[in-house]
Amino acid sequence: DSGTGLHHCGEMFRAVFRLSATGARTPVATRCYSHGKVESDEEFDARWVTYFSKPDIDAWELKKGMNTLIGYDLVPEAKILDSALRACRRLNDMASAIRILEAIKDKAGPHKDIYPYLIQELKPTLTELGISTPEELGMDRL
Amino acid sequence: MLRLVSGRVSGLLARRVTPAVCTSSARPASHGHAPDVSPAVDMSRPMYWDRRDVPLPDRPFRDELSAGDKSLKEKEKGSWKQLSNEEKIALYRLSFNQTYAEMKRPSAEWKTVLGGVFIFLGFTGLVVWWQRVYVYPPAPRTFDPEWQQKQVQRMLDMRVNPVEGFSAKWDYEKKQWK
Repeated sequence: DSGTGLHHCGEMFRAVFRLSATGARTPVATRCYSHGKVESDEEFDARWVTYFSKPDIDAWELKKGMNTLIGYDLVPEAKILDSALRACRRLNDMASAIRILEAIKDKAGPHKDIYPYLIQELKPTLTELGISTPEELGMDRL
Repeated sequence: MLRLVSGRVSGLLARRVTPAVCTSSARPASHGHAPDVSPAVDMSRPMYWDRRDVPLPDRPFRDELSAGDKSLKEKEKGSWKQLSNEEKIALYRLSFNQTYAEMKRPSAEWKTVLGGVFIFLGFTGLVVWWQRVYVYPPAPRTFDPEWQQKQVQRMLDMRVNPVEGFSAKWDYEKKQWK
């Protein structure tokens, strides 16, 4: 559970990293929407974890999910990525797993501390599944 | 040269999606075309492209696998811990053309752009110079130094701007500028 463990790491790390609000946490309660139900960050995360956790997920669904997720203005939480990487394992797609890691590093943009943090959080999964990071393979350099 | 420039311009104007023309996808071979024309891409089938915001394209980069590739794909179905780093890289390269690092590599295009800007500015300068020599009429007589002296004297005599401006800077007793 990432909730309580994260708070002492500082305000910088939130359940879902909002890239547009650099560093500061924007509480859900003070948002002003004109209408419509607001999905909380926890609900968002849970929805995506469930999406990738589908046991018989197919390759198209993985692609669609990842491409959509990368289209959002955020860096996905470690648990979503964990679910996606396990989906890659079920699909026997090592290449996509590496690609996903590259994509989230790119997604973090100028916030250079997000990617190492996510790799640290995903280390158990990476070791368990035998996924190498792009850095380990030397693919982060030209 | 012209084609190079137009390619650069369209790159500046619109974010182009450049699908990698994969050698292995089946499509009619184009013989007898002009050498500049690239082979036709079948747009009705899923395409591959390297884009930062589309990490997993519609199809893998390499469709047709050699026997070695196929056996590697079989090995991929087992534990990934058995795969060496080279095999992992090979699997990546089967599915993808460029890594993110390769996609994001900087180009030297800015030098071309800056060079072009300076060339045109310089050319414009030459045009203006030529116009100065061959097109401009002679300057009016009011620009002559003698006329200018008389004009200044007349302005001082009239006490133009005597408080804060022109004549205020002239010392009428000593007959010189302050």
